Amino acid sequence: MDDNPKDLDQSSERSHVRRVFHAMLTARILENKLGSLYKAGKIVGGVYLGKGQEAVSASMAACLEKGRDVYAPLIRDQAGRTAFGEEILDCTRTYLGSVKGPMRGRDGNIHRGRPAEGMLAMISHLGAAIPVIAGMLLAKRLKGELDGVVGATCVGDGCTSTGAFHEGLNTAAVEKLPLILTVANNQYAYSTPNDRQFACHDLVDKALGYGVRGHSVDGTDMLACIKVMQEAVTRAREGDGPQLVVASMLRLTGHGEHDDGSYVAAALKSSGLGRDSIEVGMKQLIEGGFATVEEIEQWQQEAADQVQQAVAIAQKEDDPDPFKDDWMAYSNPEMQMQR
Amino acid sequence: MSDVTYIDAIHAALDEAMERDPDVFLYGQDIGKFGGAFKATKGLQEKYPGRVLDAPISEDAMAGVAIGAAIEGARPVLEMQFADFSSVAFNQIINQAATHYYRTGVPVPLTMRLPSGGTPGSGPFHSQSMEAIYSHYPGLVVVTPATVADAHSMLLDSIAMNDPVIYCEHKFLYRWLKSENLSGDRLPIGKARITRPGKHATVVTYSAMVHEAVRAAEMLYKDGGWEIEVVDLRSVKPLDTDTIIASVARTGRLLALGEAFPWGGVTAEVVSRVCADGFHLLDAPPVRLNSKDTPIPYHPKLWSSHRPTPESIAEELRKLLDY
Repeated sequence: MDDNPKDLDQSSERSHVRRVFHAMLTARILENKLGSLYKAGKIVGGVYLGKGQEAVSASMAACLEKGRDVYAPLIRDQAGRTAFGEEILDCTRTYLGSVKGPMRGRDGNIHRGRPAEGMLAMISHLGAAIPVIAGMLLAKRLKGELDGVVGATCVGDGCTSTGAFHEGLNTAAVEKLPLILTVANNQYAYSTPNDRQFACHDLVDKALGYGVRGHSVDGTDMLACIKVMQEAVTRAREGDGPQLVVASMLRLTGHGEHDDGSYVAAALKSSGLGRDSIEVGMKQLIEGGFATVEEIEQWQQEAADQVQQAVAIAQKEDDPDPFKDDWMAYSNPEMQMQR
Repeated sequence: MSDVTYIDAIHAALDEAMERDPDVFLYGQDIGKFGGAFKATKGLQEKYPGRVLDAPISEDAMAGVAIGAAIEGARPVLEMQFADFSSVAFNQIINQAATHYYRTGVPVPLTMRLPSGGTPGSGPFHSQSMEAIYSHYPGLVVVTPATVADAHSMLLDSIAMNDPVIYCEHKFLYRWLKSENLSGDRLPIGKARITRPGKHATVVTYSAMVHEAVRAAEMLYKDGGWEIEVVDLRSVKPLDTDTIIASVARTGRLLALGEAFPWGGVTAEVVSRVCADGFHLLDAPPVRLNSKDTPIPYHPKLWSSHRPTPESIAEELRKLLDY
């Protein structure tokens, strides 16, 4: 059977779909746990979840190859992080302030990454990662290593109003860089609805203005997201330049766990946008024969165990010690002023 | 050999850095075929194809691109057309570049060149000195070369440095300041220099004001034999407090001089550190002299009174010596 190329494609497609859903599911279970830890007062600072956006997030990052491609996740990209290959421990250690986490207690929650492994550590300023990913791709071009490589980042509807979004996407377009820029339009930037954020009919129309290819997708539909992301990433890899993907859905949680999201219109919640992409994806998985109910239940159990273990490990680890931190903002110690 | 100007030194350093290290590339507006607004990159695109890139008028994205390239192991040299326009790139520089090493352990070896300071007729938006603002942020190195040799060696050192460096080059010195050659003492970044030794008072300054301070010192020497010591900070972050304190220990009197606006800034930092660490060395209250607390005026007659001049510096020094 493996000798038939068509079957081979189907089998790799099957494993891709399973991989996307597995990352979505793992992220949801991890995020549910983070929410509980927050409510139990175990997390210092905010908790920001991606509930409802898992399909978009995971389907983009699952197309990336760690070690070759570069990725800048944002606030609601736990599923993408998992799909890209971030360890659950990186998440729990950062949220719980373990000194062993990638940020060593110097930064927290979603502000984490491993830039040396191609995953940026986001700053809070929206759109700021767009030109940075473009710069990483530009450096690869200068080194002659860009062939077949892509960079990807995800932003929200609110980010499209920033200068950084405009400058970053325009610059990537001028340089024809293989950038996939996904806008997860979850209808609200914190509490601000779309009609107070932008006046255009559809955000994807912006693609024309930037001279890049635009893609639209129902962000609650896992299989549709997978298809569109595969197309966008393939086009970028093949030299088609930046790809703007606009996915629509609803944020099924507050801006952060401190926020009950009570401002979200009831009509939106009961609309198609309010569908939970995990539920949609599970149905698609079973109906499409990608996985059985038993398999999904097993994944759920495995993910819950992994999350539990990662929380337990991080909780046992030391907090950062102000007397042991080197307080070094410079790689060159000669540049560090002591006061 | 004919004289080498300050801008020649910058051009030569860019050329040498590119020759030496294939990871170095230049990014900025109009820097390619056009050679840059001040011709700092003239001919370099032809000499290094693919490594001198014209950027759109997007300072924020330019800085972001340079940061991403630096994270990826390249050594970008970013040219802001004027230091003033780096305000648009401020977010990327202070939040992304400056915090990156501390947060992630991955350094950001970028150099941002800022054509700084006033020239006659340039007005409020082509004359600013931004060094104090960038120095405020941990993670950034801020250098302010005042000599042809420093313009050359400090740019090479900035590009070789693994941390982000804000290289403030003074536009007034570009063509006016000349030297026989590029060689100098090659002091490292972080070390100040005694430009002119003296014993009656110390002027701590940097960038173009070093030359104005030396002129004032000459006036006072002719006037009454006063020997004024001039300290050139060279880099304002890190600040070489040791050299400053040692000078004040010799003279007992301090004038902190700068071209930037008077509220806060480098001169305030110098005075506060001398007061904290060397109060017992002072024979007179330390004095600061900066530009006026207004936007930088366009007309040469207003501009030349807005910034410190040899005359206004000499006047402050006389008051300091009389105390």
